[in-house]
Amino acid sequence: MSILVLGVGNILLTDEGIGVRVVEALEQRYQIPEGVEVMDGGTAGMELLSSIASREHLILIDAVNTGAAPGTLVKLQDDEVPALFKNKISPHQLGISDLLGVLTVTGEMPKKMTLFGVVPFSLDTSTELSESMRQLLDALLEATVTELAAQGVVLEARVAEAS
Amino acid sequence: MAQRIVVDPVTRIEGHLRIDVEVENGKVSKAWSSGQMWRGIEQILQGRDPLDAWVFTQRICGVCTTVHALASVRSVENALNLEVPVNAQLIRNLIITAHGVHDHIVHFYHLSALDWVDIVSALDADPAKAAALAESLSSWEMNSVHEMRKVQEKLKGFVNSGQLGVFANGYWGHSAMKLPPEVNLIAAAHYLQALEIQREANKIVTILGGKTPHIQNLAVGGVTNSINMNSQSVLNMERLVYIKSLIDKLESFVKNAYLVDLAAVGAFYTDWAGYGKGVTDYLCVPDLPTDAKGTKFAMPGGYIRNGDLSTFKPITSFQDEFFKQGVAESSKHSWYTGETPLHPWDGETIPNYDDFNDEGQYSWIKSPTFQGRPAQVGPLANVLCMAAAGHESTKTHLNFLVDTLNTVNKMVGGKGGVGIEHLHSTLGRHAARAVRCAVMLDELNAQWQMLVNNIASGDTDTYNRPSFPKGEIRGVGFHEAPRGVLSHWCVIEDGKIKNYQAVVPSTWNAGPRNAKDEPGPYEASLLGNPVSNPESPLEVLRTVHSFDPCIACAIHMVDTENNEIVKVRAL
Repeated sequence: MSILVLGVGNILLTDEGIGVRVVEALEQRYQIPEGVEVMDGGTAGMELLSSIASREHLILIDAVNTGAAPGTLVKLQDDEVPALFKNKISPHQLGISDLLGVLTVTGEMPKKMTLFGVVPFSLDTSTELSESMRQLLDALLEATVTELAAQGVVLEARVAEAS
Repeated sequence: MAQRIVVDPVTRIEGHLRIDVEVENGKVSKAWSSGQMWRGIEQILQGRDPLDAWVFTQRICGVCTTVHALASVRSVENALNLEVPVNAQLIRNLIITAHGVHDHIVHFYHLSALDWVDIVSALDADPAKAAALAESLSSWEMNSVHEMRKVQEKLKGFVNSGQLGVFANGYWGHSAMKLPPEVNLIAAAHYLQALEIQREANKIVTILGGKTPHIQNLAVGGVTNSINMNSQSVLNMERLVYIKSLIDKLESFVKNAYLVDLAAVGAFYTDWAGYGKGVTDYLCVPDLPTDAKGTKFAMPGGYIRNGDLSTFKPITSFQDEFFKQGVAESSKHSWYTGETPLHPWDGETIPNYDDFNDEGQYSWIKSPTFQGRPAQVGPLANVLCMAAAGHESTKTHLNFLVDTLNTVNKMVGGKGGVGIEHLHSTLGRHAARAVRCAVMLDELNAQWQMLVNNIASGDTDTYNRPSFPKGEIRGVGFHEAPRGVLSHWCVIEDGKIKNYQAVVPSTWNAGPRNAKDEPGPYEASLLGNPVSNPESPLEVLRTVHSFDPCIACAIHMVDTENNEIVKVRAL
């Protein structure tokens, strides 16, 4: 079994970094068993290709732009996660969706995908989450842990970690 | 009457790079390059420990993580006058070159080749003819009829299923597409192979950097890699030998496929050696230091005026005053307060947003100058400066590419005659990137050997401990990154960061008009560019993409609304 829990986003832009903050919390609070990899993907693009390729299950946590109100939580599964590769004027706006577009071509799409997303409150320049977003971090963490449990991976809390 | 075309990515929140051009009689007569997002990330660093700055700067950009980390530690080392052990320099150099090779391969094949290569046309190719042509030009092992047929079948599958994936939204069938089906098929095959091979370069970065995608082995004063030839858990001979095997694979692809493809594709687009010239003052910095002080470099750098290689003035060390004193940034046409160009150590980033004003302010990017003039940076600047400095590997690969391009051009009825003087162009920037990539492969080999030899001589030092004095010190860290000169400027007071400015490569190239109203390199390069169909301005994208633009790429949201990324408005 090979599951990747990938948090992406920019920790310098307030809530844009929520995905990274969730995987940081996941590693701090739980023991990560064999067969599961937890990764802080930051804002990387093609560098993540090998890490995502051919996974049994990709669990992705990211800020999302759905047009809905800030704080709205979204869960997308499999085909609902957009796999795009649009013609861009600045070709370095390569996101996860574009990587999935590439993996479609190479035949290495993860077998299953789950995206947990949240619409950001603030994208100001700061390394801290907004207060409102901080209150949603546990919900996203719980959703991730629950999703793993549904795949038969029950995480054990780290000892002496009073969260 | 002039027709205005706006190319503006509209999704991913704030937008990024916006290009406006006015077209008269099928040619661009005016151009504006505008950065559409304010970053101001430098402000996050004020008051922080200089030893930690690199951890934050590597998050500025999603493509250039490694390069911002490196420029940051170099700027603090420069302020402290701190030497870096030779092993640490060499390990950093291996990371730099592997990252550069990865970046150039991805840029050419995956981010810009489809401006020139028509994937749909490849379906009409005769795989046998494609293989024969490819095999006549190079000894690359994956040019067989079997391979070409396999790729064509794969492409047919995508087209027939309607699942074009990465190939959706191309300019298929555009009148500016000139390649015969066989060359399109060869390029498509290498596009797919490059998706595999670029991963090998990334593995080198991961092994030495300790973690992907953000490296963890840097430190002000060296690297944190421990060297012990007999230990399993640190940098040892087994890992070094594995790295060498990855270098060999990359070398074969870059020299036998990438360089040759550039020549084969370029041979059908020699008119693009006449477009996209723009600013011909070129700036690059030396890189790959091989001594502890940073005074000897494997790749030379310097400054060229007016495209004249005889004016080349070298930049010779990390302490070089010509470079340190030469840089200033103007915000006359940017959405910041102040008009007078400022040196980065005195730089300010105080936003003052207004509307898009053609004659006034229209960008979040500042306009840097060197010696008071705009300068083009990037692989073309790098290759021209290295050629001017007499760098052997550069000259060899450049001559090979030019010769191959002329051979193919004559083969298909052209006159050949393309020379070094045609590098000042859209095609030239792509050619220079391929040449630079081949040079970096030579350097990967050379730096690897130096590291092995240095360790064999008994030197295992990788780190010198920094200590900060009372009072104010200033430093600059520069790095010749894949997109050109990157410099981080820090002012440190009593061991804390007081001011920090990053002057990034795309700022040099994508900057707006400067204090004297002179256009930046993107803007200047677009003048005279043909536009056959204003609704589908492929030619504008060709020239902009040739710079490998990297603007405000630090946003990483998933967009579930499926908006078009590029909005083209013909006003």
